[in-house]
Amino acid sequence: MQASQNNEVYAIRLEGISKRFGNKIANDNVDLNVKHGQILAILGENGSGKTTLMNVIAGIYFPDHGKIFVDGKEVVMKSPKEAIKYGIGMIHQHFKLVDVFSAAENIMLGLEEKEKYSIKRCEKRVSEIANQYGFEIDPSRKIYEMSVSEKQTVEIIKVLYRNANILILDEPTAVLAPQETEKLFDVLRKMRDDGKAIIIITHKLHEVLSLSDQVAVLCKGKYIGTVNTAETNEAKLTEMMVGKKVTLNIDRPEPINRKPRLELSHVSCVNREGTKILNDVSFTAYSGEILGIAGIAGSGQRELLESIAGLQKPEGEILYIDPETGKTEDLRSKTPMQIREKGISLSFIPEDRLGMGLVGNMDIVDNVMLRSYRKGRPFLLDRNNPKKLAEKIIEDLEVVTPGVSTPIRSLSGGNVQKVLVGREIASAPTVLMSAYPVRGLDINSSYMIYHLLNKQKENGCAVIYVGEDLDVLLALADRILVICAGSVSGIFDARTTTKEEIGLKMIQNKHQRGSDANG
Amino acid sequence: MWAEFIRRAIMQGIPLLFGSTGEIITEKSGNLNLGIPGIMYVGGIGGVIGAFLYEQNTTELNPFLAVFIPLLCSILCSLIMGLIYCFLTVSLRANQNVTGLAMTTFGVGIGNFFGGSLVKLAGSDVPSINLTATSSYFRTSLPFAEDLGWFGQIFLSHSFLAYLAIITAIVASFVLTKTRTGLNLRAVGENPATADAAGIRVEKYKYLATCIGSIIAGLGGLYYVMDYANGVWSNDGFGDRGWLAIALVIFAIWRPNLSILGSILFGGLYIVHNYIPNLDVSGQELFKMLPYVVTILFLVITSIGKKRNAQPPASLGLPYFREDR
Repeated sequence: MQASQNNEVYAIRLEGISKRFGNKIANDNVDLNVKHGQILAILGENGSGKTTLMNVIAGIYFPDHGKIFVDGKEVVMKSPKEAIKYGIGMIHQHFKLVDVFSAAENIMLGLEEKEKYSIKRCEKRVSEIANQYGFEIDPSRKIYEMSVSEKQTVEIIKVLYRNANILILDEPTAVLAPQETEKLFDVLRKMRDDGKAIIIITHKLHEVLSLSDQVAVLCKGKYIGTVNTAETNEAKLTEMMVGKKVTLNIDRPEPINRKPRLELSHVSCVNREGTKILNDVSFTAYSGEILGIAGIAGSGQRELLESIAGLQKPEGEILYIDPETGKTEDLRSKTPMQIREKGISLSFIPEDRLGMGLVGNMDIVDNVMLRSYRKGRPFLLDRNNPKKLAEKIIEDLEVVTPGVSTPIRSLSGGNVQKVLVGREIASAPTVLMSAYPVRGLDINSSYMIYHLLNKQKENGCAVIYVGEDLDVLLALADRILVICAGSVSGIFDARTTTKEEIGLKMIQNKHQRGSDANG
Repeated sequence: MWAEFIRRAIMQGIPLLFGSTGEIITEKSGNLNLGIPGIMYVGGIGGVIGAFLYEQNTTELNPFLAVFIPLLCSILCSLIMGLIYCFLTVSLRANQNVTGLAMTTFGVGIGNFFGGSLVKLAGSDVPSINLTATSSYFRTSLPFAEDLGWFGQIFLSHSFLAYLAIITAIVASFVLTKTRTGLNLRAVGENPATADAAGIRVEKYKYLATCIGSIIAGLGGLYYVMDYANGVWSNDGFGDRGWLAIALVIFAIWRPNLSILGSILFGGLYIVHNYIPNLDVSGQELFKMLPYVVTILFLVITSIGKKRNAQPPASLGLPYFREDR
């Protein structure tokens, strides 16, 4: 009704959508409009209900209340299949692809075409779509052989193949290198000019500003408002998003008492398939400084940290210099337990929080205890001290949880990370390694993590920070090591270097990397 | 004699082929049905019950009905087993391993119960039921097979159920790799969330694949009683063929067409001790181990090789719930 009054038809129109999971309200009375030929960015902190809302539009979740209009007509979508019928396609944050299928097989999945089943014909159409929008893809390649950005391409083509006019992208840039992001944005702009309606979720404000026509902001499940991108800026958006103003500047205290803590020389590492993941890496990490590590995802960051933590079997030398005695110890090919027995306090915040960092089905106390279960009486466990520590972590880091005995799995991503970081810094580490510690976290939680890392740095800890957001690395780290295809392609002073310089070093050996991966 | 050995190996392999084809279809939907031994057992006793009642209530057997009634009873019984398994694991999302093992225990128990009851009803002196008349209809083979020497003996002397097993395996292979339904089914077993997002009805596929798989597996039990055992049912006579069928799934790397050759190989290994002269009892038992040893060796080899297309469906054994977070 209202659509006709305004004399324009929205591609998607939501009216008062609510969705709750148990006691948790994910979406509370959300309205949303997007027109054809328009890119709408959805902005919100973690747990503000962006993904839930998109899943409602895509038919994956069924809303408790509210109406959905597609092209001006009210629709009821009980399954993704019906959403596809209405021309709605979603590209999920975690790709929904079958690893052992080829790109074409994945694209054909679930289609109900009248024509005979033919992979050949599908491959031909995929190539046509790819040419139309400027993708590069080999439709017969298996998904498990593909890089992240190639997988994303498959996802997008899958949606286009179904003639979707309304595209939803859930944090599509989280896994892409800057150049790949630009390429994706070019494609999205082309689709917009083609008359498609595009909804994109992202945490990165500069992406919102450079790409979108309108921005809708959600906060704690509630709809705050929609603004035209041209009439807003980062500060205004942040204010809408968090309700209060957050300083965009990250503190960077000067390093004090800077001494070598960890010396890596000629470290190389081979993965299970026999591919060289780390190639002759040498650098020194100093106490009292944050060493940032930049690089395209999968360039060997993970293996580098795991080598230091004793989880890989690298070649070369990893020397640890004791801050008090000055004695050196080679950490190479020692197990984490052996390293700990040497009295070296090494903390590792892995990128895979619930896989390597914490146990999802155990509660906060038990997870904290994983670090200290060897203390206490010989036979029975000491649960009192871990419980106190857990309570302290919850209070200090503002972890939102019903209690210390809630399974970690039921907490939101940011809170899970706070528990992990809290546990790791509680052991007063001399080396703190963190891989993407703010990935998927909202701005407030991210700042809290930055603050905690800075505090460790002031305590004389050598902090290694693997990050993906170059702006953050440039603002937080003292030095930035750029890793590319397993080799160090440069170490820069973060105070003087530029984003362009680092971006360039990140892809310096890209060609060589491609041929390695194929060989 | 070697022609006879191959013929016996094929006969020994057919129940395994039915079982493994059924289990492959089931596993491709992500359901690890360890109830297959029980389902095959129930498929066997179902046929026996049908045949027994028909033989008791008629004086002159109609050839068509003599085959059709046991076949229908067997299919219905296996279908019920499949439905119970699906209801527990798909609708109620019970643990698949526990449910499967329970189904096996349940199936064998129910088979033995009815087996014992029928023996009592028949008033037989020996603890077995003799359905020779029905069996002879099941075992009807091509009349000219005898005249064609070893070729006829190996390839043409079998009953219709044996050929049905091979045709089923070939059709299953074709459907899995060459059709839209097969693609969708494989996607359900590999990644149900993806399949769901693509608009495939995951529960429907799981139910259908598991029930069809159960029916096919149950026919293996029927073949065993009516053909292999000449219509003589005795409790626990089916042995460990159900487990062997599950082992064969791994050996055939989830491909029904390879399962045809695998079943003959397993059948051969299963009976090879009969063809080795001067073997004592313990030696026989060692030889009976062979199919399992082969499976374990094969698992070792495929695990070392790490070939992606020789791996089980990625979501095998896991429940799926769309709104799980």
